[in-house]
Amino acid sequence: MHEMLAGQAVDAELTQLSQARPGDRGVIVDVRADHAGGHGVDVHELERRLLEFGFVEGAAFEIIHQGLIGADPIAVRLDDMRVALRRRDAEDVWVRLDPK
Amino acid sequence: MSESALQPARVALVGNPNTGKTALFNALTGSRQKVANYAGVTVERKEGFITTAAGRSLSILDLPGTYSLRARSPDEAVTRDAVLGRLAGEAEPDVVVAVADATNLRLVLRLILELKAVGRPMVLALNMYDIAQRQGLRIDLEGLQRELGCPIVTTVATRKRGIAELTAKVDELVATGAISTTNVWHEPSAAEIRGAHREAQRILKAYVRPPEHPDTFTGKVDAVLLHPVAGLAILFALLFVMFQAVFAWATPLMDGIDAAFLWLGAAVGQALPDGLIKDFISDGVIAGVGSVLVFLPQILILFFFIILLEDFGYMARAAFLMDRIMGGAGLHGRAFIPLLSSFACAIPGIMAARVIDQKRDRMTTILVAPLMTCSARIPVYTLIISAFIPNETVGPGLNLQGLVMFGLYAAGILSALAVSFVIRKVFWRGAVEPFLMELPTYKLPSVESVFRNLLLRAQIFLNRAGRIILPLMVAVWVLSTFPGPPPGATEPAIDYSFAGMIGQAIQPLFAPIGFNWQMVVALIPGFAAREVAVAALGTVYAVGDAEANVGALGARLAQHWSLATGLSFLAWYIFAPQCAATLGVVKRETNSWAWTGVMFAYMTTLAYLASFTVYHLAVALGGG
Repeated sequence: MHEMLAGQAVDAELTQLSQARPGDRGVIVDVRADHAGGHGVDVHELERRLLEFGFVEGAAFEIIHQGLIGADPIAVRLDDMRVALRRRDAEDVWVRLDPK
Repeated sequence: MSESALQPARVALVGNPNTGKTALFNALTGSRQKVANYAGVTVERKEGFITTAAGRSLSILDLPGTYSLRARSPDEAVTRDAVLGRLAGEAEPDVVVAVADATNLRLVLRLILELKAVGRPMVLALNMYDIAQRQGLRIDLEGLQRELGCPIVTTVATRKRGIAELTAKVDELVATGAISTTNVWHEPSAAEIRGAHREAQRILKAYVRPPEHPDTFTGKVDAVLLHPVAGLAILFALLFVMFQAVFAWATPLMDGIDAAFLWLGAAVGQALPDGLIKDFISDGVIAGVGSVLVFLPQILILFFFIILLEDFGYMARAAFLMDRIMGGAGLHGRAFIPLLSSFACAIPGIMAARVIDQKRDRMTTILVAPLMTCSARIPVYTLIISAFIPNETVGPGLNLQGLVMFGLYAAGILSALAVSFVIRKVFWRGAVEPFLMELPTYKLPSVESVFRNLLLRAQIFLNRAGRIILPLMVAVWVLSTFPGPPPGATEPAIDYSFAGMIGQAIQPLFAPIGFNWQMVVALIPGFAAREVAVAALGTVYAVGDAEANVGALGARLAQHWSLATGLSFLAWYIFAPQCAATLGVVKRETNSWAWTGVMFAYMTTLAYLASFTVYHLAVALGGG
């Protein structure tokens, strides 16, 4: 699924999870940690961590909460669990939002 | 009986965090537990012993929770190495018990697939099965068992259900000599993790029917507790109650311990003939042990709250709420708990930093934890404030002494934030590690597990106190006792001792910050525990029982010190690098003398600079 969708990541209808607001729902389409630098770990490590916490292609999500300052971090419901992450780490997760 | 028959079979519990693994461990082993450390690392090794219905003895190891054998924190590395049989002095487990939260199977299925690759005989314990049933979650146990190729037992650890069945299954695996397959585990690549997710998804779809009544409780509670404004307000209210408890509830207990040790010291003093042995036992050993034990009530009360909130599932929420606030200074949201503990004592705080899985964030947290005003500084602050700060009202409900105390706490917190900011810029070159954290389902904490855990904390603290702090107290006693005063000496004995000599020799170094040699001498025993400086000042200024007699000592200090000197001493104690127990724990936790050295150096430098600034400012303003 990843291989199939990777080419469409630039699709206009895809957004980064980091752009999503509380209440937004959708499906994760592509997880690829390729934006340069700034992370304390290399991009492949970030990708593996995201995957290990369940940010994997095909997973349904909903943004349930966000922090007070800078609307950061965000709490995401992923299938049947909840995960918190910072928006900067969520930049690597591309999603398709459900129409409102 | 042969040697091998006496050797219990080794069983390891492995699972995701928050699956009730420790509850299961407690249900299995009851009170027959032993807590130690793994060789070379400071991760707690929890082992329990049981005899199965068939009469076989099992040793059960409770391994730290993890999402993957691809370990990221020291705790997780222990789990990986224990399962793979790579730990020094530990054989690989005979049976692995994979513990899963039956209501949250997705991630644990991936861990189970990794465990299968390791190839040890395995049993899957589907814990919290009652909640799964209540939610109407249907699991095809037969099918899942076939699919995973390992027996499955359903358990409710908190009610001790399924425990006998679990031990019977383990016993069966050991008895039939279930053969391990070759270990083909390796660190999974991103593609392999994706593959495992697909596999887990396929298994879930085939054998698990989603709940008819999914849990809505957690969502409802989170709507309040994670609310950007209300959530923070509740967090701060909780903190306020916690601090109130730590300082108010602990006082009678601490006074009691203090009195008990004074009594014990006096009793021993009367029973033994005068001389070095008596001094050693009553001043060195008993007073030394007492000065550490006195913090036990505060540490237990603090841990009571921490364990309760952790078991309820709140701590991850606190980390979520605080992440951005602390992130500005380069700290991880999870650093919140360790830093909070450090207000009682930096030692449990530094140990609690293990929950941070990123090495850099963990190091930063450890390095700044001692800047939180620990309770050992309170006696020193109280003494100096009462001696030099007038007890007057400066505004509605504002007392000058209280204001100074508040200022000292605030100075500690602000400097911790500033230091972590600098550490990130200097050592980590601005790199920020990812912050990913599961927000577990809320659960009612079990009274039994809270108290068992609390007992464990007490045990660990006492153990450490005995092994690190006691020898130090003895060393300090030796330094301040030998050589004895010459006949006809007029000054207190400590003046003639090694501590006295060292104090006088290095006093010129401290002259620029306004310290006289008596203060420097007092700093030396303060190395064993910060508050011992009060007793030491009492000794050099010949005020008997200084800790109980703060008023008399304060009056004496006010005669001998200038206001600038008093303030400079306070500024020194905001940073107070000289706590040997903290340095010892930092060495053990970081496994590096270099980091320990960095901490000591930066704290000493800050202490000196702060005292220098405060002293000269005060002199310039006429306080000299």
